[in-house]
This record gives sequence, structure tokens and C-alpha cells, in this order.
Amino acid sequence: MKRVVLFFLGLSLALAQSPLQQAPERWRAKANPLAGDAQAAQAGAKLFARECAACHGDNGEGLGKAPALKRADVGQAPPGALFWVLENGALWQGMPSFAHLPEAQRWQIITYVQALSARKKPE
Amino acid sequence: MQVSCVYITAVAMLLLPAAWAGEGPFFVTYTHQLEEPGNLEFATKNVTGKPDGGNRFLAGAAEFEYGVLGWWTTEVYLDGQVTGGENTLFTGYRWENRFRVLPHEHWINPVLYVEFENINGADKTLLEVVNHDSQDDLTAFSADALREKQREIEAKLILGSYVKGWTIAENFIAEKNVRHAPYEFGYAAGISRPLALAARPERCNICPENFQAGVEMYGGLGTHDNFGFNGTSHYVAPTLAWTLADGTMFHVSPSFGITGSSAPFLLRFGVSYEIAQIGRRARSFFGGRP
Repeated sequence: MKRVVLFFLGLSLALAQSPLQQAPERWRAKANPLAGDAQAAQAGAKLFARECAACHGDNGEGLGKAPALKRADVGQAPPGALFWVLENGALWQGMPSFAHLPEAQRWQIITYVQALSARKKPE
Repeated sequence: MQVSCVYITAVAMLLLPAAWAGEGPFFVTYTHQLEEPGNLEFATKNVTGKPDGGNRFLAGAAEFEYGVLGWWTTEVYLDGQVTGGENTLFTGYRWENRFRVLPHEHWINPVLYVEFENINGADKTLLEVVNHDSQDDLTAFSADALREKQREIEAKLILGSYVKGWTIAENFIAEKNVRHAPYEFGYAAGISRPLALAARPERCNICPENFQAGVEMYGGLGTHDNFGFNGTSHYVAPTLAWTLADGTMFHVSPSFGITGSSAPFLLRFGVSYEIAQIGRRARSFFGGRP
């Protein structure tokens, strides 16, 4: 019984965290091999429009339950944590895994998303 | 009036932004990728062939796949076929559900598949091969074959992996007629890869990353009391998929029978189109809150 309670407690805590916070440390340490590459960001914009915009909005402003991606904490997040979120999704929160995309394309998306957040005007 | 409303709705749906149907080039093998929640994919899977001693046939399945949740995809197929010199027939329907077992991505990822199919003996879509299915099943006269009812429950264990741009999938199939007949078994396995791993910056139709090439193999494994390869059909099928910039995917696969009971050659072809977030867009179209 105690184990069941602990399991559900752990599950609740995991669900309460944002997917970015759930990324394990070894993934967070991964560097984006395409960081700062303008062409990669351009390719990432194309992939973002195809894979992400329907839920997160054309400019990453967020739609319905899908959170905005044009945010400071996303822009400043370790690229490896974003990669982990794309790899695993957040199935219980409605975000599918994008592991079917080759790694290079996932890094292109991350390059674009982080550039998008950097372009956000200060509020 | 009713017809024009349906027509307008259908046209509006087609004008909605599409998503990429990223399931890969396979016709028979399932990968562990599920439909994105809220997306509806429409696809056709067609097969044509001329079995030894039979007439040329063209069979097709219209597929409607919907992502219910991140871990649950449901799908309905409507099957039909036309055989040279015989009738054109609706041969039945299938309803399948796929459930992702593990919340995170691993080196191998299991998905459970459960399907109910209500088809008749004239069905030639060959969406799976089990038991001792053979080309003789494709030569029976359609008007006679449709009297045979096949109400079956099918279960699959789908295992999938992504390794350095390669998609690898293995399916283990068990099928049981709800009234009689033994448990029937089969398998499918496939491997594919996009021609380029990184995307080009420009929007394009003929980019290498828009093409996926692969090969799949599938066949029957007999029944629980007659398990094995003896007398079963097996096919090897190279596959190629091409996805346009708007998300429409075309795929084609010549399949070669490699045992005496297999049809010598089948040509599979299909098209798929995915509408992203159909519920939200339909609400928005009819003036509701997106």
C-alpha cells in the first residue's frame, strides 16, 4: 500500500513539473552542435512550421493547452534539456515524442526556437 | 442543401493546414510512432497483383487515423476491392487502437495494438499476412468468397527503435476469429531512413530529406498447433516515400513473394494527408472558440 501511495505521489510530482525540468542532468549537458548557425535556424523555422506550429502557434506564442515557446526560460534553457523534451515528449500532458525526426532536424528546431525567444522584446 | 453543406465542410477541411504524416514508408509494418493528439490523418493503402491462376485485382483500404492522447491512437479502415471480370466490392471495416506502453523513449519501444476486423473472404487488402495465407486466397471467385465472414480480433506487439536516423520496427501478430478457428500468427519487420538527415533551409518538394527509403518483410507463422514457416507466405518489399512540402505523402512498394505459396508480385501504393488539430480548427471554422 505504502509503495502504491509513493508511486502516485512520485507520478503527481513528475506531472507537476514542466517537461524542461524533468530532463536528466546528462541530457542537459549536451551542447547544440548547430548553435548560432543561421542556416540551421532557417531550416528549423521550416521544421517548426511543419511539426510544432499547429499546437504552439505560428510564432511560438502558444495555443490552447500548448505552452508558448517564445519565452525567456525556453531561450535560456540548456539546449540538451530541449532536446530531451523533443526526444521523449510529455505524453501525459499531450505532447508527443519527436524521436522520429533525425537528430540533426531536432537540433535545427532547437536552434530556431532559442533564436525565436532571444528575439522577444523585453516586457 | 444537406449535400452542399457536406461539400463545403469537406473542402474547408482540405484547405486546413496539414501536418506531416511521419509514419514512414511502410505498408504493413507499424513503427512505434503514434498520431499526434488532435491530428487526423487520411490515407489510402492500395495493392494490385495477379496471382497465379487468378485475375488481376486492385484492393484498397481508406484509413482514418486520429490521435486521441499522446499514448493512444485510434484508426478505422474501410476496405474494398475490384477483380478483373468479377465484381467491385466493399469488403468490410477494421477498427484498431494502439497504446504506447512506456512514457519515455528507449532503445526499443513497445506499443500494444488491438484490432477488431469485420471483413469477408473477398478482402484482398493484405494489410497483414498470418497463418498459412497464400495466393490461393486471392484466386477465389469474389462472389463466393464474400460469403465467408471474418470477424477477428488481432493483437500486435510493435517494437520500434530510432538509431542514427534509421527507423527499425518489428511486429509480432496474433489473430483469432471470434467464433472458431485457431490462433493465427504472423510477423512484419522493416527498416528505413530518410535520404538526408538534416533539413534544407528552403521550402522544397524535391529535397533529399523529403524521401524515405527502406525495406520491409512480412509473412505468416502458422497457427498455435502448426507453428512455423512450413507452407506459409513471405514477402520482401522495398519501399519509397515522398513527402511534399504541404505534407502530402506518396509511397510505393513493389513486393516480391519468396515462397511457393506467396503471390509472385504485388505492387502497393498509397497517399496520406494529415490535418493538424482538426477539432480546434473545426471549432474555429464554425465560429467557436479555437
